[in-house]
Formats: sequence, C-alpha cells, structure tokens
Amino acid sequence: MQDPNRCLWIETTFLTYIPLVLVICNCISDMTGENISNSSNKYSILLPTYNEVENLPIIIYLLIKHMNESGFDYEIIVIDDGSPDGTNEAAIQLQKIYGKDKIILRPREKKLGLGTAYIHGIKHATGNFVVIMDADLSHHPKFITEFIKKQQSANFDVVSGTRYIGSGGVYGWDFKRKLVSRTANFITQLLLRPGATDLTGSFRLYKKDILEKLIKSCVSKGYVFQMEMIIRARQLNYSIGEVPITFVDRVYGESKLGGSEIIQFAKSLLYLFATT
Amino acid sequence: MTKLQEWLTAAGVLFAIWFCLVTNKVESNFVRENYNLVLYSPIIFVILFGLYALTVVLYRVYNFNDCEEAAVELQKEIQEAREGLTRLGFKFRENTN
Repeated sequence: MQDPNRCLWIETTFLTYIPLVLVICNCISDMTGENISNSSNKYSILLPTYNEVENLPIIIYLLIKHMNESGFDYEIIVIDDGSPDGTNEAAIQLQKIYGKDKIILRPREKKLGLGTAYIHGIKHATGNFVVIMDADLSHHPKFITEFIKKQQSANFDVVSGTRYIGSGGVYGWDFKRKLVSRTANFITQLLLRPGATDLTGSFRLYKKDILEKLIKSCVSKGYVFQMEMIIRARQLNYSIGEVPITFVDRVYGESKLGGSEIIQFAKSLLYLFATT
Repeated sequence: MTKLQEWLTAAGVLFAIWFCLVTNKVESNFVRENYNLVLYSPIIFVILFGLYALTVVLYRVYNFNDCEEAAVELQKEIQEAREGLTRLGFKFRENTN
C-alpha cells in the first residue's frame, strides 16, 4: 500500500527541481553557444594604403606570419587609394601568392579620407571583428594577438593600442616630437577625460558593428579622426581596453608633424570639447 | 552635459565662492586675516597648476620609452620578409629608395 504523503513529497521535490534543471540546461547551452561563437571569431585586418609600395609586401608577410602562428581566423583587406607608385600592383602580386581568401583588394580611384576607406573596406569584410592599423610598419602585427586576448578577457567593444603606458613607447622621435606629443596628450586628457590614454594612435581592434556606428557618428577628417572615434566610443558608453604597443616611426617615407597638423588638432580638440 | 558645460559649471561655482569671500558677503576671520591671499588665490592656483602641468609633461617626455629593441627586431624582420617573399616569387621593384 502506498503512502499518499510520500507520493506528494516526491512530486513536490520533483517540481522544485524543475527550475534548477532548466537553469542548468540554459547554462550549458550558453556555454556551448559561447564556445561556438568563440571558435568562429574572424578578424578582418584593414590596411588603407597610399604610396606604400615598399612597405605593403613586408607588412603583409609579417601579418600572415604572426596571424598564422596565433591560430586565429583572419583576412587582410587592402584599400589602396589610387597610389601612383604601384602599391595596387604589388597588392595584386601578393594576392596571387597568398590567395583570395586571405588578401582582399578593395582599391579606390583616389584619396577619399580614412573614415570612408574603413567603410569601403568593411563592406565586404567577413569577420566579426575589425583590426585597423597603418601599413607603414610603425604598427607591428605581433600586437594583434595581444589585442584579441585583451578583447576576450572582458568582452571589450574596442581595444586600443597605447604608446603612453607600461611597456609602450616610440622609436625615432626626438625631444621636440615627444614634447609636442606629451603636451597634446596632457591637454586632451584634461579637457576630454576620454578613458583611454592614446587618442591619436590608429592601431585598434573593434567589434565590426560598433566600428560602423562609430564611423557614422564621426565628423572629422584626417588623423584627428582617430581621436574622435575613441571620444565617441566613450560618449556612447562602449567599453575600451588598452594594450601597450611600440611605435616605430616610418622606416620608409616621411613622417609629418608640422604647424598645420597642430592647428588641425587644436581645432578638433575644441570641437569635441564643446560638443561631447 | 558636454565637457565645456562641465568646465563652465565648475568655474562658475568656484568664482561665486571666491567672489562672495572677497566682497565680504560671507564674514570670516580667515578671509579678514588673509585677504590678499584670498584675493590672489585664482592667480596662485593657475600658476601652481601650470607648474604641475609642466612637471608632469616633462617627466613623461623624459620617461617616454625609446623602443630600440623594437626597431632592431623590425629591421631583422624586414630582411626576413624580403627573403621570404622573394622565395615565394614576389618581384620587388628595381629601385629601392
């Protein structure tokens, strides 16, 4: 003969466990979902170029070497703005060597600005993350792996390379150049409190959708565009991680920092100060 | 609130406090005894902040890492890349700077 009380007890115990079981199931599916998305992460590396025929083959060789070592899935998108020095021809040669799945060419007729270059480049990007860097060898591909690890450590929306903290630094800068850089950085930190130490650097990793949103919200052109990107990121409450990088100033070609760059920088700083 | 508005608000509040003190709107023994100090405090503050800024900037310029190793490593890798690419059949332009 069965004890009705005992039946009831079993039933209630069973009922109590249902939510718990559901929670556990959810957790497991979340975890597996996470794993799947993790392994399917792909990084689209954007290289906007203008007269980089010397540097482009080298940077691509090094990118491929370091990214293959890291084991992350990637593609390299070259956006050449009609360089007269034959950068695009070099890019075509490289595409033949490394294959169309690794090197994607998105040339444009003429120089049209960095923001539109990124938009043009990511239009056909297949990655869910985008890395932007200079093609002039001042940014070393080995740091991309560190960016990716940093991004994964706290699911950052943006990871920015910084010359100003930790092991970061520069090579090839004299006292004047360092003084201008540090002064500009101090004033910017004071006025804008951006939550990132390197605003004018252009070696960064973005979630693709966030990069698109940021570019759309930016108005400035030229190199201050990078500063506006990070300020807008703060304004839109995106999380920013930082990785110290070494910046080796242009090996081939001229690096410029003149009076007009400083005026342009000051103008943009005041604009952002008054509007964000 | 934009950063400009934040600065104006803070400056406005500080100015109001200072103005009340120097015009004796708020009675205080300290102000009476140190009137000149209070009167010139904004200028003193600006000078002190200027010194602070100068110190910080110069300290950071002095401590800006020179990445000699990174440059040496890069030169090696450029050489390696040139050789590697040539092996892969890449044709460099004739004139190399």
